[in-house]
Amino acid sequence: MTRYILQRLGYMIITMFLIATFTFFLMKFLPGTPLSAADKLSEEQQAVVLEKYGLNDPVPVQYFNYMVNLTQGDLGISFQFDNREVTTIILERIGPSMTLGFQAMVIGTILGMLLGLISAIYHNGFLDYGSTFIAVVGKSIPSFVFAGILQYFVGVKLGWFPVALWEGWEYTVLPTVALAIFPIAIAARFMRTEMLEVLGSDYITTARAKGVNKFGVVFKHGLRNALIPLITVLGPLAIGLMTGTLVIENIFAVPGIGEQFVKAINTNDFPIIMGTTLLIAFLFIFIILVIDLLYGVIDPRIRLAEGE
Amino acid sequence: MKKTNWLLLVLALVLSMFLAACSGGGDEGTSSEGEGSSDGGEKKEEKADSQDSEQVLNIMDSAEIPTMDSSLATDAVAFQFLGSTMDGLYRLGENGEVEPGIAKEHTVSEDGLTWTFTLREDAKWTNGETVTANDFVYAWQRAVNPETGSEYGPYMMGGVIKNAQSIADGDTPVEELGVKAVDEYTFEVVLEKPVPYFKSLTTFGTFLPLNQKFVEEQGDKYALEADTLVYNGPFKMTEWKHGEGWTLEKNEDYWDAEAVKLEQINVKVVKDVATGVNLYETGEVDRAGLSAEFVDQYRSSDDFRILEEPVLFYLKFNQEANEILANVKARKAMQMVIDRQSMVDVILNNGSIPSGGDVPKNFVSHPETGEDFRDINGMLVEKNVEEAKKLWNEAKQEVGQDTVELGYLGGDSETAKNLDAYLKDQLEQLEGLTVKVQAVPFKERIDRDKKMDYEIQFAGWGPDYIDPNTFLNMWVTGGGNNHTGYSSEEYDALIEKANTEFAKDPVKRFETFLEAEKMLIEQDAVLAPLYQRAKAQLWKPYVKGVIVNPMGPDFTYKHAYIEGK
Repeated sequence: MTRYILQRLGYMIITMFLIATFTFFLMKFLPGTPLSAADKLSEEQQAVVLEKYGLNDPVPVQYFNYMVNLTQGDLGISFQFDNREVTTIILERIGPSMTLGFQAMVIGTILGMLLGLISAIYHNGFLDYGSTFIAVVGKSIPSFVFAGILQYFVGVKLGWFPVALWEGWEYTVLPTVALAIFPIAIAARFMRTEMLEVLGSDYITTARAKGVNKFGVVFKHGLRNALIPLITVLGPLAIGLMTGTLVIENIFAVPGIGEQFVKAINTNDFPIIMGTTLLIAFLFIFIILVIDLLYGVIDPRIRLAEGE
Repeated sequence: MKKTNWLLLVLALVLSMFLAACSGGGDEGTSSEGEGSSDGGEKKEEKADSQDSEQVLNIMDSAEIPTMDSSLATDAVAFQFLGSTMDGLYRLGENGEVEPGIAKEHTVSEDGLTWTFTLREDAKWTNGETVTANDFVYAWQRAVNPETGSEYGPYMMGGVIKNAQSIADGDTPVEELGVKAVDEYTFEVVLEKPVPYFKSLTTFGTFLPLNQKFVEEQGDKYALEADTLVYNGPFKMTEWKHGEGWTLEKNEDYWDAEAVKLEQINVKVVKDVATGVNLYETGEVDRAGLSAEFVDQYRSSDDFRILEEPVLFYLKFNQEANEILANVKARKAMQMVIDRQSMVDVILNNGSIPSGGDVPKNFVSHPETGEDFRDINGMLVEKNVEEAKKLWNEAKQEVGQDTVELGYLGGDSETAKNLDAYLKDQLEQLEGLTVKVQAVPFKERIDRDKKMDYEIQFAGWGPDYIDPNTFLNMWVTGGGNNHTGYSSEEYDALIEKANTEFAKDPVKRFETFLEAEKMLIEQDAVLAPLYQRAKAQLWKPYVKGVIVNPMGPDFTYKHAYIEGK
C-alpha cells in the first residue's frame, strides 16, 4: 500500500511538471500583452515595463526562470495587481470558492443520492418520475438562469436571504443552492441507474430470498456497490465546483477564484494563470488519488486486484 | 469487523464535513458581527452630531482595485479611489473646473516653461507628516524611473516635463527630471515645451505626491493593503478586502476636512449588472449602473440618470492596408453611409449620442464666447446614403476595383457584437463591399492596432486632460496612437502651431483646433465618428453633491452628502 502511494506521488510530480510546461508554452500563444495601458505606450515605453517583468527574455529563458522559482515555491507577482504576490491572491480568493463548492457538494450529493435511491426503489412509479423530472430540470437549466431566478424571487421578492455580496454565512445560502443543483442532478441520475442495475443482480435476489427486507437490501448491499461509479464522477466535479465558477461568482458577487482565473486569461496575467492552473491541476490529481484509494475501501475486489 | 470499519469511515467523513462547514460559517459569522457593531458605533457618533441622515454612502464598483500605487495606476477604478483619498496639486471640481488641492496658487514664467506652485502649509499625511514639495519631487521622479515599471508615468509626463522621456528610456539619470523643491512649500516644474493644459494635467492620478519615507519603508509592500498606504485626501481607506470591497472613512486630518460631510463610503465589487440592480432594489446600495436592457424598464423612474462622458467611439481606417482605404472618397462614403441616430437609439439605448467630430460635446468651450467646441464645428459628418454611394462608386473606379472585401476588427463584448453587426450592415449598403467582422478581445485589438494589422477598426478614446489636444494630437504623423497611416503636413502644422505659437493665446489656439478637427474629419476623412458614450444609472434621490468628472476619477465625493434618507 505504502509503495503504491509513493509510486502514485511520483507520477503526480511528473504530471504536475508536464502540466506546468505545457501551460507555460501554451500561454505564450495568447494574443496581446500583459500591459494594461498598452494602447497608450510606444514600443520603447512598453519594452521598459516588460523588462521589469522579465518578459523581454526569450521564451525558453523565461520558462527556465519560472521553473526554478517554482521549485522554490515562488509563483511570482501578478501583472494586473501590481506587486501583489500570486500566492497571496490565490489564498485570498480560494476561500469563498472552496466554501461554496464544498457546501454545494455536500448538499448536492446527499440530496441527489436520496432522489436516485427513491427513483430506484419506486422504479417506474410516481416518485420515480418526480425525481427524474427534478434531475432532468437540474441538469438542463443553465446555472445562471437558475441563479438569476433564485436571486430575484428568494432574495428580492421574498427577502429570505441576501441578494448577493459576501458578508457572512447567510450570504452563502443562495449561491450554494444555485451551485448544488448540478451535483444533485448528476448524483440522482447515477444513483438511479446504478441502483437499478445492482438491485437486479443475483446476490440481491438471494438476499431478498433469505428474508432481508427491502430497505435493508438497498442500504446494506445496494448502496455500497452503487457508490463506485458515483465517486468516480463526483470527485472531479467537486474540484470543479470548489475551484470556482465564473457565473455564480459574478451573479452573487462572491470574491472567488473562478472569476479571477478568467480575468487573468483575458488580461494576460501570466503568473496568475500559471498559479491557478497548477493549483487546480494539483487538486484534481490529488482527488483522483484519493478516489483510487477509496475504491479499495468501498469495494474489496478492487483492493485485491491491486494487491497483486 | 470490516463492516464496522467502513461505517466508522463514513461517519468520520460526514462528521468532518459538518464540522468543517460549521467552523467556516462560524468564522464568517463573527466577522460580520464585528462589522455590525462598528456600524452601530458610528450611528451613535452621528446622532451626537445631530445630523438627520447617516452620512454613509454605499456604492458598487465593477472590479477590484488593481493598485493603489499612484505611479502604477492605469485604470478607472484605481484613479477613482486614489482621487478620493489623495490630493494632488489641484483637484477636479464642479463642471470640470480645476480647484486648489495641495497647491494654493501657481505662477508661470514668461516662456511658459517654468511653473512654480505655492503649496499650503497645513496639508498633512495620515502618518502625521506634512505634505511638502519634496513629496511631489519624489513621486514624479518615481513615476518616470524605469525601475518602477510605471506605464502612465512615461505616458503622461513624457514630452511634457523636462527630460521625462529620456529618463523613462533609461538614457538620463532620474535626478535630471525637471522638478525641484525650491523650499518646503515651493515646488518648481520645468517643462519640455509650453503646455497650456498643464494645470488640468496635475489633477491626474499619476501626478499625486508620495510620502518618500513611508513608501521606502514599505518597499514592495507599499499600497498593497489599506494599512500600507498613507493618505492626504478627503478620505482614508480603513479596510480593503481584496475582490470583495473596501471602506473609506472621512480623513479628519485632511486640510479641508470641514468641507467633507460623508463619514463613510462602503464599496462592494459587483460585476453583474442585474445583481447590481437587485441590490439597488433592496436598498443595499445607493447607485447602480444600467445596461441597455434595463434602460426601458427604469427610464421613467425618478432615480434614472444619464451621465454623459467625453469618450468617443469611431471607425479607424488603415490607409496603408488597402488601395481603397487610401482613397479619401471611399472613406468619406463610409462616413456618410452610417445612420448614427438609429444606432444610439436601438443598439446602445443608454443615452449615448451620435458624434460628428473628434472632440466630444460638453468638454471644452470657446475661451471668449463660452460656446461649446462641438456646437461651433457641429456635425462634420451627416448621413447621406445617396452621396455616399456616388462617392463610393467614384472611388472604386479610381482604384479600379469592382468588389472589395474589408476586414473589420471589433470587440468581443455583447454590445460590441451587436454594434459590429449593425455597422457591417450599414457599410454593406455600398455596392460591392463585403465586410468581414472579426470579434477579438481588447488586448488583441490593441496589439493589432499597433502593428497596423487591420483594415477597419472600431476604436474609442477618452481624454487624459481637459483640452482638445488630448483628442487631436494623436493623429499627427507618427503619433503614438495614430496607427492609421494618416500623415498630413498641413494637419501636423496646425497642431504644432496650436501648441507652440498660440500656447499663450487661448482664443487663437482654440480656433486652430477647430480648424484641425475639420481637416481631420471633413477634408481627410481619417475617421468615421460614431457616438459619444453615456452611462445610464440609478441614483437614490437622497445622495447629494456627487460631482461627475470628465476625466480621471469618475466621481468626486469630497462634497457629497446624504439628505432625507
